[in-house]
Amino acid sequence: MKILVTTKRVEHYESKIRINAEGTGIVTDGLTYMINPFDEIALEEAVRLKGEHDAEVVAVSIGSDDATQQLRTALAIGADRAILVKVDQPLDSDCAAHVLKAIVEREEPNLVLMGKQAIDDDANQTAQLLAEYLGWPQATFAAKTESLESEAEKQKEPAIEVDDDTATVVREIDGGLETVELDLPAVISVDLRLNVPRYPALPNIIKAKKKPLDEVTLDDLGVSANAKVTVLGYEPLPERKAGVTVESVQELLDKLQNEAKVL
Amino acid sequence: MASILLIAEQYKGSLRKVTFNGLGFAKQAAEQLGLDLHILIAGSDVGGIADELQGYGAKAIHVADDSDLEIYRTEPYTQVVCKLADEIDAQMITAAATVQGKDLLPRIAGRLGAGMASDIVEMLEDGTFKRPVWAGSVIARVRVETDRKVVSTRGTAFEAPKKGDDTADVNEVDVSLDEADKVRVEDMEETKSERPELTEARVVVSGGRSMKDDKGVKMIEELSDLLGAAMGASRAACDAGLVPNELQVGQTGKVVAPELYFAIGISGAIQHLAGMKGSKVIVAINKDPEAPIFQLADYGLVADMFKVVPEMVEEIKKRKGA
Ligand SMILES: Cc1cc2nc3c(=O)[nH]c(=O)nc-3n(C[C@H](O)[C@H](O)[C@H](O)COP(=O)(O)OP(=O)(O)OC[C@H]3O[C@@H](n4cnc5c(N)ncnc54)[C@H](O)[C@@H]3O)c2cc1C
Ligand SMILES: Nc1ncnc2c1ncn2[C@@H]1O[C@H](COP(=O)(O)O)[C@@H](O)[C@H]1O
Repeated sequence: MKILVTTKRVEHYESKIRINAEGTGIVTDGLTYMINPFDEIALEEAVRLKGEHDAEVVAVSIGSDDATQQLRTALAIGADRAILVKVDQPLDSDCAAHVLKAIVEREEPNLVLMGKQAIDDDANQTAQLLAEYLGWPQATFAAKTESLESEAEKQKEPAIEVDDDTATVVREIDGGLETVELDLPAVISVDLRLNVPRYPALPNIIKAKKKPLDEVTLDDLGVSANAKVTVLGYEPLPERKAGVTVESVQELLDKLQNEAKVL
Repeated sequence: MASILLIAEQYKGSLRKVTFNGLGFAKQAAEQLGLDLHILIAGSDVGGIADELQGYGAKAIHVADDSDLEIYRTEPYTQVVCKLADEIDAQMITAAATVQGKDLLPRIAGRLGAGMASDIVEMLEDGTFKRPVWAGSVIARVRVETDRKVVSTRGTAFEAPKKGDDTADVNEVDVSLDEADKVRVEDMEETKSERPELTEARVVVSGGRSMKDDKGVKMIEELSDLLGAAMGASRAACDAGLVPNELQVGQTGKVVAPELYFAIGISGAIQHLAGMKGSKVIVAINKDPEAPIFQLADYGLVADMFKVVPEMVEEIKKRKGA
């Protein structure tokens, strides 16, 4: 079995994001980067499935040379190989899906595991688009039935079940948890409550340096970067006016009743 | 005439309220772009709820009624929408950015070769869109480059339109699905709650990791019930299994904008703020005076929730009695 996992490089989720003076982008000074947190969860699941099924795990990132750092981390966490698709500027979800389609056609995995959304553009599109372009079934928002503090989670059991032809996935939906079975090959996007990702262990970080990391270009893949959605600029959010501190429950309720008139 | 197609969402035979917020956007977009408004409702035995969509200026309401559409699945719904979109020359296809909308719309965009703007909060005069990015830290202005456009809307950003007395034609969609589906729904574990839906409530009371156990959860529940509020939570509270996942408010959970929001024992991480900072009045209760939530709160109370929440419950009961 082969599992492809996408690992996008994004600004660390605790970063304070500020817009540059021209409103054309964000200020990158002092920012740190990480694997998109949802992709970390996808990778963790892939590594667990690998333990169960003797699978090969291939990590893919589309980005600049800097994304090599995230791919090395993915290798240290347990991916066997990595592929960097080198692009100079960020791509929209549609381009990313076309690139990933070309990679899937080369690699022929049984399963593609992806984050449900990238925490920079918050688009939540690429997995669904990739599934569509491949003509594969999709299961979005994979989750676990048990809590993330359960025994199953402590034992690092995979939450997604796979056999030769099918995968069984629990999905987090409006109204509860839905279980679906889907034919492989398939694309699965993961939500927060699927697992708790591990940190790479130091010896594995060293070993990861020897694992294969290939670079390809859009030309190699025969994909052009025609965005369907273009970002024209950024603007700050409207400011909220400063609030007040109250000293007691009495004062709070008085204010809510008489000043804000919401109680 | 070219049209805009709104996909209405129902769950177990009831329209989701957020459909009407999506309708607010669709109606505005139809006027601005000079398009006919069409609405699609899909499901099994949904003829009745089609009536509820009357009076909003639609040219036609399309009803796709078929037992295969009873439970939402990506592929059958994609086929129904794409076929209809072609028949009515839909230039824009839109729905609310619910879990279903998020699953379905990109797939439709891919099939139609259209670009998609996710989770928009505004459409500008020139047809470009505003949408929050980086967990709502900033707003991006985006242009969809394709003629045909797919748009998902953030419910809190659009008002439901007033109902008029116009009547739309009702069209029964001929549902004929291609090939056996590759996805089978095996089971559904429902979260049941008597409380109002998070995204629809006037007041929301959210608890964080600090609830610790059932006792803390009960405290928040009691306050919610007393106020007729919906209950929400932080990710940490959901991860710990204290409350159902569905209650998560934030970047990746529900986006709410009630008149009154209580954040109790919630630190105020940006991912949480992303889901509630549109609320009219925000109250924060936290024992740490440095908690970032206080920067956003209209009223902040530095206190231990286990002390002040029961106090609030008593005091509200007293005031209600008076
Ligand atoms: C990709 C990603 C997506 C995320 N999406 C979301 C999301 O959608 N929604 C979300 O909420 N989070 C989300 N998070 C998590 C977020 O970053 C925070 O970790 C989370 O919101 C913290 O929850 P919390 O405030 O309950 O817990 P903590 O950060 O642990 O804070 C607990 C707070 O309770 C206070 N406290 C403790 N005891 C008491 C007491 N007795 N009385 C009063 N106060 C007390 C403490 O002072 C503290 O401020 C996401 C994170 C990532 C990486
Ligand atoms: N440049 C990229 N490199 C690797 N994976 C990506 C890239 N862009 C998107 N993805 C994947 O697609 C998912 C959804 O992204 P988005 O549609 O942008 O929210 C992410 O969680 C990634 O797994």
